[in-house]
Amino acid sequence: MVKRVRNFFKGTYLGLMLLFLYAPIAVLIVYSFNASKTMGNWTGFSLIWYRALFGDAMIMRALGVTLSVAALSAVIATIMGTFAAIGMHSMKKGTRLVIENISQLPVVNPDLVTGISLMMIFAFIGLKDGYTRLLLAHITFNIPYVIFSVAPKLRQSSNELYEAALDLGCTPLEALIKVVIPDIMPGIVSGFILAFTLSLDDFVVSYFSTQGVENLSIYIYSMARRGINPKINALSTLMFVAVVTLLLIVNIKSIREERAADTQRRKVAKKTA
Amino acid sequence: MKKLVLAVTIALLLTMVSGCGDAQKGDAVTINVLNWGDYIDDETVDVIKLFEETTGIHVNYTTTASNEEMLVKLKSPDSIYDICFPSDYTIEKMVAGDMLHPLNKENIPNLSNIDERFMDLPFDPGNTYSVPYMWGTVGILYNTTMVTEPVTSWKIFWDEKYAGQILMYDSIRDTIGITLKMLGYSVNTRDEAHIREAEAALTAQKPLVKAYLDDPIKDTMIRGNGAMAVVYSGDAVLCIEENPDLAYVVPDEGSNVWFDNIIIPKTSRHTAYAEAFINFLCDAEIARANTEYIGYSTPNKAALALLDEERIADETYNPSQETLDRCEVFRDLGDFIEVYNKAWTRIKAA
Repeated sequence: MVKRVRNFFKGTYLGLMLLFLYAPIAVLIVYSFNASKTMGNWTGFSLIWYRALFGDAMIMRALGVTLSVAALSAVIATIMGTFAAIGMHSMKKGTRLVIENISQLPVVNPDLVTGISLMMIFAFIGLKDGYTRLLLAHITFNIPYVIFSVAPKLRQSSNELYEAALDLGCTPLEALIKVVIPDIMPGIVSGFILAFTLSLDDFVVSYFSTQGVENLSIYIYSMARRGINPKINALSTLMFVAVVTLLLIVNIKSIREERAADTQRRKVAKKTA
Repeated sequence: MKKLVLAVTIALLLTMVSGCGDAQKGDAVTINVLNWGDYIDDETVDVIKLFEETTGIHVNYTTTASNEEMLVKLKSPDSIYDICFPSDYTIEKMVAGDMLHPLNKENIPNLSNIDERFMDLPFDPGNTYSVPYMWGTVGILYNTTMVTEPVTSWKIFWDEKYAGQILMYDSIRDTIGITLKMLGYSVNTRDEAHIREAEAALTAQKPLVKAYLDDPIKDTMIRGNGAMAVVYSGDAVLCIEENPDLAYVVPDEGSNVWFDNIIIPKTSRHTAYAEAFINFLCDAEIARANTEYIGYSTPNKAALALLDEERIADETYNPSQETLDRCEVFRDLGDFIEVYNKAWTRIKAA
């Protein structure tokens, strides 16, 4: 009985939490299929906003900017951040701590400060191209997050692995590529995903650092005066579905890999027994 | 895992390539346009594309959400913009800051399409720097099923009968402005006593107000969740189309009439091309496409003549001269705006 009550509350709590998290998204998705332009005024099921969305050159261009900046900045930041983390890892403890802390400072820095300081430096060096500005800004705020997710992996792995590779005839570069990087790959991947999503989400830094180029967040914000168009609901729905699908694929894959590793381990255990 | 990473990387590289292609197109002249969001027709007539095709000038089109942001963007030392659409009082600020390029009207022959009533306005005498793009009034949008008496005065917002059904506009100058009008003062008053009176009135009204909103006012009124609201005429047109129970009126005490205008910043290096763009927007067919898409009133009399009769006869869209005569344009208040700001903060906190 007690167990049942406990389970009931567990379930309710979980349900409420999920409701709290997903209700806004559910509303948005439902209204993306509304025939009327007005939120909250359901006039029938329709796909007009999806058709209008793909016909809207401005939204499509903004989406292109958002995706390309997210991809490019995530790739570049992942490369730079990973090597920075590896470099820091091999420093002496004192210097390492100092450098690590300095590199994490931008994470706690408010976006507004980052954005305005980038705006000022771009004006100062006379960089006018809006796309380059946006890209540089995103690389800048992404790097610390990559370092943040790669560094712990480096700490977990042991230096002996690298030394063993050298002993077995690897050049340092080969050892890095064949041993160290595969060893910290999960950290690099999560750093990349983190960087990609942060770039996808960003509004404040983008808004201040660029000019003449619009990503999705700037575009949507600019619609405020005339009202958010249901096309945006349709776009958000599609993006939500895309992200969920990606997450599902990644999770299912890692679950399968874990299971495979599990059975492997059990087999080995049986043999030794 | 490796394959997945590889696949993701390839997909990303592909988007990168397509993205870069977009960012730098050709080497024709490019003008940078900074407009309000959703403020040009891109559905029935793709205005930007048509301009590019007819003139060969490339347009880099971006948007923003407020006059203050436009001001900041144009003030930046490395501003790239050639065309912008600020409102009346912002133009005054820009003129005072020597930020605008005096228009070469020989390049804008379509200027003759603009109604003389909307030329030579107080914020830019002689239209030295600006050409009106859209205009409208501020008035009362009310639901005729809830408000059966004739609506003629701003005082109805203070009527206790409608407690909890009143929606006010979350905007300093508009809301204090209509209160000043109700009290019989100018929307541009620089008399602190007038502001104090308006503040007292708005504070006293607060218990009756359902909410201070901006954009969501439209949806709330369309759904029938409010008896009356302060709205722009252009938004009222859209709301009435969606919900025929709604009606719009500019009260007898008068109101604000506003203009969004096209300007060229002084920093522009392509003024002749920018003037070609202004001329294009003043073309009768283009101006008609824009006013039909946006729903706001056009100052272009040649475009107005092309609209269907129903639209021309619509007092909300095309108010009579008599209504216009009761309305005032916002002027830039300079430092006195601080008095408004402080009053507003106290009202919102009350």
